[in-house]
Amino acid sequence: MTTQLTENIRKIAARLLSEKTVDAVIGFREGSVPLMAEPVIIRDPKDAEGLVFDSFCGVNLANYLPGRKERIGIAAKGCDSRNIVTHLVENQAKRENLFIIGVPCTGMADRRKVRKALGGDVSSAREEGDEIVAAGPAGEVRLAKKEVLQDNCKTCTHRNPVISDEMAGEPVPEQEGVDRYADVRAVEALENEARWKHFEEIMSGCIRCYACRNACPLCYCPTCFVDDSKPQWVGKSLDKTDTRTFHFLRAFHCAGRCTDCGACERACPVGIPVRQFTKKLLKDCEELYGWEAGVLPGVRPPLDVFKLDDPQDFIR
Amino acid sequence: MRLLQLSHSDLTRGVEALRKAFRVEAPLPERDHFVFGPLPAGAALDLSAANTRLSAKSVIYPASEKMLRVSLDPAKEDHHVYREADKDYSPRAVLGIRPCDARAFTLVKPNFDNREYRDPYWVRSYECSTFVGLACKSPCSTCFCTSAGGGPFDTAGLDVLLAESGEGFIAQVLTEKGEALAAAAGWSAAAPEGAEAALSAMKAEADARIVSRIETEKIPGKTILSLFDAPFWDDAAFACINCGACTYLCPTCWCFDIQDEAHENEGVRMRNWDSCMFPLFTLHGSGHNPRPNKTARVRQRFMHKLKYYGDKYGGGIHCTGCGRCVTHCPVNIDIRRIASLMNGYEPDNACAL
Ligand code: SF4
Ligand code: SF4
Ligand code: SF4
Ligand code: SF4
Repeated sequence: MTTQLTENIRKIAARLLSEKTVDAVIGFREGSVPLMAEPVIIRDPKDAEGLVFDSFCGVNLANYLPGRKERIGIAAKGCDSRNIVTHLVENQAKRENLFIIGVPCTGMADRRKVRKALGGDVSSAREEGDEIVAAGPAGEVRLAKKEVLQDNCKTCTHRNPVISDEMAGEPVPEQEGVDRYADVRAVEALENEARWKHFEEIMSGCIRCYACRNACPLCYCPTCFVDDSKPQWVGKSLDKTDTRTFHFLRAFHCAGRCTDCGACERACPVGIPVRQFTKKLLKDCEELYGWEAGVLPGVRPPLDVFKLDDPQDFIR
Repeated sequence: MRLLQLSHSDLTRGVEALRKAFRVEAPLPERDHFVFGPLPAGAALDLSAANTRLSAKSVIYPASEKMLRVSLDPAKEDHHVYREADKDYSPRAVLGIRPCDARAFTLVKPNFDNREYRDPYWVRSYECSTFVGLACKSPCSTCFCTSAGGGPFDTAGLDVLLAESGEGFIAQVLTEKGEALAAAAGWSAAAPEGAEAALSAMKAEADARIVSRIETEKIPGKTILSLFDAPFWDDAAFACINCGACTYLCPTCWCFDIQDEAHENEGVRMRNWDSCMFPLFTLHGSGHNPRPNKTARVRQRFMHKLKYYGDKYGGGIHCTGCGRCVTHCPVNIDIRRIASLMNGYEPDNACAL
């Protein structure tokens, strides 16, 4: 069953390619396993027929933009669009080379939650209205999509793209009155020792595969600090200090830039809740600077600018 | 091969008995999954995992392993001399390993243990281990072991294979090591008449439950260069983010990187898992990188698994069909899909050019 949204994305993509408005379109094609879709780049209008958009398109497509020289059409849901804004501000993409196909989004299904709800292997899954119909060891189960959303989608307040050249569908209502930082407050409330233990626990089992980093559109550095060898800043084993250094430093590098798109957390093969590191910084940026990343085109993030009226005087 | 009958309590008692003569490693729960590790004292063996998230390769070949140690402290007699790091190669029982992971050791052995090279760490670690497998009666939808050369009841690489049956298990004791382990565990009750037939029936049923396949039949007949130059690699690689998830989870990926680390006066030389998907993997000291982009890296992974390995070691693929990379790749790169592309690829007649 093809949704209207998918139909519209296909139509727009085919038109952009046949009218040569863009050289290529980045979107999703149907996944080979349940609850997944595969990012794809197409150059032939005929291939637009293979594009899809559903609740299994959690990969952040902005990640595929840095370094591209061609004119690109890109299907962008709310968070992707915010990371595109960030790319534009950080000179990782040129506005004139982009055609943003805005995709209103109602949230992405978390395949771990579906797996858990089914009690194991998910052998098939499809979306029907507000439900995910998935088959597992005990047969077919209907799950309310809102129960199995990715955590970041549950508190998302920018489901509609903040920037686009053409919308693929009517805007969806934004979620009102969500408490975005309940989890961060719970950690803030812990005593130092308990807080340390909390971080130790959420980091345990990290295999340093860097799927979190590589899934993140912000992590486009040609050489990441953990990969540098001249000098080598961080050890490469599973030593706890080195693993912590990776996670904490990466989080700080994302401060004021992270859009809470959830791509990092979604990518982790062992389920480390890596957004726990970035979210505290999200909250700080909101409280200290009234800042939300990727919402204001053309404005540099707070930790990236110096202002003469800065309240602190350490730099003067 | 001998067939034994075990009740659940025979198994539990056996595990406790084994602890006296073996270090016991088994699937341990972690977050929403299982990983292999030493079974803590008092902990019961939990065989409920369909499979562990990371393969059992880490038991023999840990993600990070100290090989040598060195001291720079002049007060020490052997300062500035690398010595073997302390290791425990006492007997080890690996319990509840799935047939695909046990078979993986037989696929990687030609690399770590051959006429030219013997990797002492891998070999000793492997040789001190006895593998007690657990047959898969409910394989996952992403398991494709039967088309990768194995199967849910495959015994390759195993010393004992347990199959759940009725109120307990039928145990196939396959090797001398397996006999020694069974003796240490106190497992001696012969399986009843008809156990062999029951086992074949269960095996046939489990084989039939494998619905997923990998197509590689035609790959050995193609030349390396034709596959290497095939036009599909850019498209196949586009989504890949070059992380280490697939190779770190894989039971057959064997690559490592050697690092020296020192703290104050004490140093170690260790090896850590590495991945052909990382740009750093092939970066030369000169700055040149012979696999300079994502397409080259993705092609390497699949050419190695599906073409070079078979060509070099005499057949088969470097994949057991465990399905881990298929399920856990964050962007849905699927080895089965790539294998079909390679298998189905017929280069245009070169003479026509
Ligand atoms: S947090 Fe997860 S994705 Fe990130 S490096 Fe660790 S194991 Fe890999
Ligand atoms: S750190 Fe994670 S949530 Fe933040 S932008 Fe990167 S991938 Fe998205
Ligand atoms: S194939 Fe998937 S898991 Fe492997 S490196 Fe690429 S993105 Fe990571
Ligand atoms: S390549 Fe994938 S399916 Fe094959 S053994 Fe490795 S992880 Fe398993």
